[in-house]
Amino acid sequence: MRLLKLVPDNTNIKFQRWSVPFYVVSILLIIASWALVFTKGLNYGVDFEGGQEIRATFTQSTEAPVAELRDTVSDLGYSEPVIQRFGDANQVSIRVQLPESAEGDKAAADRISDEIIGAISADHPDFRLDGNDTVSGKVSGEFRTTAIYALAAAMVAISIYIWVRFEWQFGVGALFALFHDVSLTMGMFALFQMEFSLQIIAAILAIIGYSLNDTIVIYDRIRENLKKYRRMPLPELLDLSVNETLARTVMTSLTLLVALIPLLLVGPSSLFGLTAAITLGIFVGTYSSVYMGAPILIWLGVTSDSFVPRESAADQQERKARGEA
Amino acid sequence: MLDFPLWKRISLWGIALVMVLAALPSIVSLTGVRWPESLPDPMVNLGLDLAGGSHILLEADQTQVARQRLDTMEESVRDALRRAEPRIRHGDISTSGGRLSFMLENPGQVDAARDLLEPLTTGAGLTGQRDWTIEVIDGTRFVMTPTRAGLELAVTQAMDSATEVVRKRIDALGTREPTIIRQGDERIVVQVPGLDDPQALKDLLGQTANLEFKLVDTSVLPADAARGVAPPGSQIVPYAQDSAFAGTSIAVRRLGGIRGDSLTNAQQSFDPQTNAAVVNITFNSEGASRFARLTTENVNRQFAIILDGEVLSAPVINEPILGGTAVISGSFNVESANALAISLRSGALPVDLAVVEERTVGPDLGADAIRSGILAMTIGSLLVIALMVAAYGRFGIYATVGLVINVLMILGIMAVMNTTLTLPGIAGFVLTIGSAVDANVLIYERIREERKRGRRVIAAVEAGYREASRAIYDANVTNFIAGVLLFLFGSGPVRGFAVVLIIGLFTSVFTGVTLTRMWVAGWLRRTRPNHLTI
Repeated sequence: MRLLKLVPDNTNIKFQRWSVPFYVVSILLIIASWALVFTKGLNYGVDFEGGQEIRATFTQSTEAPVAELRDTVSDLGYSEPVIQRFGDANQVSIRVQLPESAEGDKAAADRISDEIIGAISADHPDFRLDGNDTVSGKVSGEFRTTAIYALAAAMVAISIYIWVRFEWQFGVGALFALFHDVSLTMGMFALFQMEFSLQIIAAILAIIGYSLNDTIVIYDRIRENLKKYRRMPLPELLDLSVNETLARTVMTSLTLLVALIPLLLVGPSSLFGLTAAITLGIFVGTYSSVYMGAPILIWLGVTSDSFVPRESAADQQERKARGEA
Repeated sequence: MLDFPLWKRISLWGIALVMVLAALPSIVSLTGVRWPESLPDPMVNLGLDLAGGSHILLEADQTQVARQRLDTMEESVRDALRRAEPRIRHGDISTSGGRLSFMLENPGQVDAARDLLEPLTTGAGLTGQRDWTIEVIDGTRFVMTPTRAGLELAVTQAMDSATEVVRKRIDALGTREPTIIRQGDERIVVQVPGLDDPQALKDLLGQTANLEFKLVDTSVLPADAARGVAPPGSQIVPYAQDSAFAGTSIAVRRLGGIRGDSLTNAQQSFDPQTNAAVVNITFNSEGASRFARLTTENVNRQFAIILDGEVLSAPVINEPILGGTAVISGSFNVESANALAISLRSGALPVDLAVVEERTVGPDLGADAIRSGILAMTIGSLLVIALMVAAYGRFGIYATVGLVINVLMILGIMAVMNTTLTLPGIAGFVLTIGSAVDANVLIYERIREERKRGRRVIAAVEAGYREASRAIYDANVTNFIAGVLLFLFGSGPVRGFAVVLIIGLFTSVFTGVTLTRMWVAGWLRRTRPNHLTI
């Protein structure tokens, strides 16, 4: 029986030859992502923005009447409602801000949702209420802070772990690769104005975990090869390590993708954002492990001596005593 | 490395079997079949996003606790000074700025007053700290300030009893398996799965149900009441939104009324004359005697029935009410009268609770989500299996058998730990499958490499497991860090994702590395191949 081989044996792709241009492009992309996040802004969901979100399905329609809904809700006096498709074509989410006076006042929030739901179901008898979230400004503010803490803490804690297990250069490299992944994911969310919610934070942490997985596999091989081939120039050694692990990288990414894509296509609509983010993250994460995590080691001065046990002071004296250089 | 003595094999199979068995009840009930009650039933709870239901986060108003304590203290102080022998005359009492201050008419009584007030300020805590500090300024002015420790204790106590009240009210609704948890210093999380009518729940929780009977201060002109001007000792209270006098206010005496917390029963019923919905209340003996005294002393005067700071009605006392029962009339319908009766029976909330977060998921959506989630997972798993078998042959089969056991084990552990499966948790499963597969891919690719370098079969397999383990270990630790942080900082559904991820890390190593190694070792021993198809 012949087995499937996705990557031919003994590949020798010169990844590092293109590392500088790729780095320039990536840094530009990171800058562009943050520029997008700050200028265009993230489409915060109710978790982070506060307010009220009504999710509904029009069970008898093929497509939800988004434009009409916008008019209906605006006519009720709620300015700038956010109405977007959500999962299937006949599902929508309707988001309105709570007026100042309704903060923490459940009765007022209920009146608003009753009013909106009443107005829509009067026009559309096939309106089915799927969910209704109300988050006060205080709680959404807390969600925002904890989300930032969680992301920062995860990146720093993981980098420290890698620093301890490998060398400081590897910790910095991993941190940079993670920063790249998080930035590009956020940039993508800003660009396409997909709803940015608590679930997306979970997705980003999953991406961090996955991208790191990749980075660690390559780093582990670099460490091994540094000990094995003491005289090989570093760029060549990095290429060798990436090539040796390439079959694994491709196979793992592919298996994850075949598991994720059905979830994306036929899975629950409310999981779409989460799965889309993770799917995107697999591409970004794989790329960053090869092109962000590895070459930075050269510039940070990793050498073949990095994993040789350092000479202790006593050894040094002894050597000097013997009159050696 | 490839040596598996019998005891090791038995215990590894045993561990896998126990955890897979623990998953059985959850899987059976997911398919809609009832799990026999006579058998043990560890069950994975379905999160609200899958089962439908309501999640409500309530937050207490701390300033209100402080204000109430101040009022109670004022009343106690007045009482103590009035009852003192000889009586201690005082005036200029004020509660502004969060502290209670008053002046003694006779500076000679300062020590007597202090002795009298000291006992009122002792904390209920064990630390011996005082709840209030007493200062005397200029020889006659007493200033009593609440201490921080005292206030914190009061908030904690108020929250404890508020949680209890919330629980009683939800139990009275007869909903199944509500979760009611204190969160932090001032919050309560209420989760009720599979609720058909969340509105009833919200009505119940929204009502503080602080019932008061206070005498109307008829000396205040209606015009003054409308402007909100009240003489000292009185306060202006608005009529309830749906009462006949909505929009107007009346003045009532601040002190000397009766709180509605001394009740033994409250029932919804109908007024025999008008057939309107009313609430019948029955006082306990202390409440009954105080109510009797109030009505006896104030015949032909008007008193206000106040609920949560709004006047329901203000009837005139025609005759002393001595029987210890009373009828609360207002603009009720049957539902709202019933809700009030439940609230009064379960006691008033010691503090106002505001809803700061509320999430409701319709039951249809949850069912849809489970169905499409399981469908997607099945397709995904089949594709992964196909890919693995195509790439690694026999080894791919070991990996996929491990994968199936892995998924069942995660479910089993979740059931035993009584954790909740949420929608993001399903995505967590997919990711776990990914990382479990990755462990196998790492090992198998390494075995391929070692074979290419010319190692013999057994040596290549051993090297594959040994060399790959390092990266697997590091990757799992870092993922564990990410998972724990996600759990600590996350809330609700996101936590469900973290739980699956964390449990999955452990089971993945167990099935992906240990179990497959055992199977590979068994195969090698049985057949002693000198060629590997990998």
